[in-house]
Amino acid sequence: MTQTEQSKIRNFCIVAHIDHGKSTLADRIIEKTGLLTSREMQAQVLDNMELERERGITIKAQTVRIIYQAKDGQEYIFNLIDTPGHVDFNYEVSRSLAACDGAILVVDAAQGIEAQTLANVYLALDHDLDVFPVINKIDLPSAEPERVKNEIEDVIGIEAQDAPLISAKNGIGIEDVLEAVVEKIPAPQGSPDNPLQALIFDSVYDAYKGVIVFCRIMEGRIRKGTNIRMMATGAAAEVVEVGYFGPGQFIPCEELSAGMVGYLTASIKNVKDTAVGDTITDVTRPCEQPLPGYKKVNSMVYCGMYPADGAKYPDLRDALEKLKLNDASLNYEPETSIALGFGFRCGFLGLLHLEIIQERLEREYNLDLVTTAPGVIYRVHRTNGEMIELTNPSNLPDPSEIDFMEEPVVAAEIMVTTEYIGSIMQLCQERRGRYVSTEYIEASRALLKYELPLNEIIYDFFDALKSRSRGYASFDYEMKGYEESKLVKLDILINREEVDALSFIVHADSAYERGRRMCEKLKDEIPRHLFEIPIQAAVGGKIIARETVKAMRKDVLAKCYGGDITRKKKLLEKQKEGKKRMRQVGNVEIPQSAFMSVLKLDEN
Amino acid sequence: MRDLSIYVHIPFCVRKCRYCDFLSFPGSDQEKETYLELLLTEIEKQAFLYKNHSVISVFIGGGTPSILENGAIKRILDKLNLHFTMDPKAEITVEANPGTLTGQKLSEYRQAGVNRLSIGLQSADEKELRTLGRIHDYRTFLHSYEMARNEGFQNINVDLISAIPGQSIDSYRGTLEKILALAPEHISAYSLIMEEGTWFYEHQQELDFPSEEEDRQLYEITGDMLLASGYMRYEISNYAKAGFECLHNQVYWKRGDYAGFGTGAASMVEEVRWSNPGTMEAYASALQKAETAGAPLHAGEADRLSALRTRFGQNIQYLTRKEQMEEFMFLGLRLTAGISRHDFLKKFGVPIESVYGETLVRLAKEGLLCEEKNMTGSIALTPYGMDISNYVMAQFLLES
Repeated sequence: MTQTEQSKIRNFCIVAHIDHGKSTLADRIIEKTGLLTSREMQAQVLDNMELERERGITIKAQTVRIIYQAKDGQEYIFNLIDTPGHVDFNYEVSRSLAACDGAILVVDAAQGIEAQTLANVYLALDHDLDVFPVINKIDLPSAEPERVKNEIEDVIGIEAQDAPLISAKNGIGIEDVLEAVVEKIPAPQGSPDNPLQALIFDSVYDAYKGVIVFCRIMEGRIRKGTNIRMMATGAAAEVVEVGYFGPGQFIPCEELSAGMVGYLTASIKNVKDTAVGDTITDVTRPCEQPLPGYKKVNSMVYCGMYPADGAKYPDLRDALEKLKLNDASLNYEPETSIALGFGFRCGFLGLLHLEIIQERLEREYNLDLVTTAPGVIYRVHRTNGEMIELTNPSNLPDPSEIDFMEEPVVAAEIMVTTEYIGSIMQLCQERRGRYVSTEYIEASRALLKYELPLNEIIYDFFDALKSRSRGYASFDYEMKGYEESKLVKLDILINREEVDALSFIVHADSAYERGRRMCEKLKDEIPRHLFEIPIQAAVGGKIIARETVKAMRKDVLAKCYGGDITRKKKLLEKQKEGKKRMRQVGNVEIPQSAFMSVLKLDEN
Repeated sequence: MRDLSIYVHIPFCVRKCRYCDFLSFPGSDQEKETYLELLLTEIEKQAFLYKNHSVISVFIGGGTPSILENGAIKRILDKLNLHFTMDPKAEITVEANPGTLTGQKLSEYRQAGVNRLSIGLQSADEKELRTLGRIHDYRTFLHSYEMARNEGFQNINVDLISAIPGQSIDSYRGTLEKILALAPEHISAYSLIMEEGTWFYEHQQELDFPSEEEDRQLYEITGDMLLASGYMRYEISNYAKAGFECLHNQVYWKRGDYAGFGTGAASMVEEVRWSNPGTMEAYASALQKAETAGAPLHAGEADRLSALRTRFGQNIQYLTRKEQMEEFMFLGLRLTAGISRHDFLKKFGVPIESVYGETLVRLAKEGLLCEEKNMTGSIALTPYGMDISNYVMAQFLLES
């Protein structure tokens, strides 16, 4: 590999809105270049987590090296870096982009540009990537390639008239895309003779090899035995193996040099040491400056995770430890709840990340979990001048000790067809959004810009957006910063006992509404007992809403027909089984579903 | 000789009531005749397995047994008389719905030995009868009832339902007053339960179901008015004048042996439970196929008998000791007399406290059970315990 000419390498990624066909196109490219037969490709090769396939999204960046025999008779090496496709993973996306020299922009011929398309394109342009568009799904009856081409030129301002018209699904026009890659994406720069400078854009943990670091060599060269150092984390190691990415496998090679994309292993035990965005250099001949853009990834959303069965606590701890090996952005620390027992306060990049971790814990580790309401990190400024970052509402200091509080705010962009502008604006107002601007993309579509508190969008904003726009709105956001806000802790009392796992922080103006809805929801979730159970919502000790679960009056099987006892027994067993999955708070038994149900309070 | 009760299922109804989730369908004359033949075959084939049993009660239920043409009930009872040892004092009940009874049928029932009639009235209010989807009005019931009395029936049950959509305290009181004036020997008073798969369940949004408060009020009225007129509540939903408690019904709760014949009929004989296939087709083919059951040769007489008795059945369950204890409790507690400590000790060889001690104390403390603290003393549900009997009974299921 050492003799590969830099001019024959193309490092690129594909950017698109979710569902516009990014992964399908990636599959076709791999297929076309003859690495795998379509039967060998289990549908989408690059999305290889079971969950990713199910949700149709890419969670972890995947990379593959392919060889393409171009029409000019030359052999090219393509490194296709598939980036995560969700706003939760924006930083990972940005690092993957930094490893590329160009990008293919996939746009759906029927749907045109969406908020996420824009966000991803701008991100690519920010990284100085050469972007060329392809129009996908041209075989759909509703396809309007000409309109979409114009839209791309008008909105994004890149040339689109000669964009390949393709159907990734049916393999139409793939050749054109490959030729365009050769033609339009620049060959990498950098010299193998300069000091080593390599960008980490991902890593995975392997039980035998330790951490496998995915990197793009910007300058210099790296091989077995090179003593390396990660410039931000300071971790040092001796390289054991370098190689490149075959489809679904790692293929070792002699050396990686400037312009190449590949992996290295160095008996590194923890992904924490190989932070995405960090620069690898040679200890013996270090580069002067790390590559720009490194950023420590912080958790944005926190929630409590508890095993449904208290005895499974050690299993949960082990499972989190294992997931953490592969996911440096997952944070957790032990905590205890009066209602839920021993568990962990976990930090995530966003709600999707949270859901993914939760599902993986449940599926891959067979754990039954109870999750508390997700919250963001609030900054609590105490009267003594001290500032604390609050991730668990239970730790909020006494109101008398609080000077003021701040909450994180995001800059959001919502792309919507004009007929739904009104209802989407109303939604944003309800979520305490601050209107910034409206830009018309074309007569029938607009880009709404709002500043929204993060805690208003982590629950069900996306669902609400979809339902109020009949699925036509798309949404993207980035962190803007912290702002002072009138926040209060809403407590839930069941039979006059505070249930810590149900407390959360909310804006003072929506406390009443949220409290009322929580109480209503809980009323339906908590089974009747022999006594009446008041469910109350309180702010600072003051009750603001109340519902009552009436005492059990009737629970009887009146008729038991023709001696059919089996049916009766099944009913009793069901009742008893339900009781087992309850959490005891005071003398009230609360089903686990109650803790979960309040996470998604219905839209009216 | 052991006591045996027999249940015979007749799955036909003129039409399905809106609250009903039992197995029933209209059936043509031909289907009814075919079914009757199958039923008689089953009885004949199985009878020899109950040589050591004496029949103390027969209950022909449904569906609507009185829908069958003249002579059908007599054929069933003749068959039973021919092949089983019948106790001369056996309680023999036929379920009947107003609108299907005639003087001729009633006279034939009497001749065939039927000594108890259970009439499904449900309500004396015309609007409520229509809401329930019944085929008859109150006048038709009255006519049937009078005919039955004239034919010499001296033990009649009337089925009533409370908590019907649209029912008021006054209309229900009216129903009870009308029935008490007739003075039947037995009254079954059920509080309506919406079962999945019924018309009521599908249409619950449009229906005006009484609130739980009203529901309980209605049920209290039942107890008060019936007690005042000399009826004792002897089971969660059953009231009778002294000496007219339904024997057959109590067999279920006291865990006596009973054999069920016909589609879907449930049986329990010598601690083995099973039920017949639910559909006509499956029932017919089971009868044709299983001529002899594959009882293991080395098995004892009891096992061979059980294997043969269950040969047409499904969901066969050999009850473990644990299951027997659970059933002893949750079935026995349906009776107002409750269960007896002594019977428990006699049957299981251990005092009840050693199995359920903690549960009994807790439920008593919660006001759901009352106990007499002597060795033979009974343990029974309190009136509140009866209202929420499912909650109480679930506590008697043991960990596996």
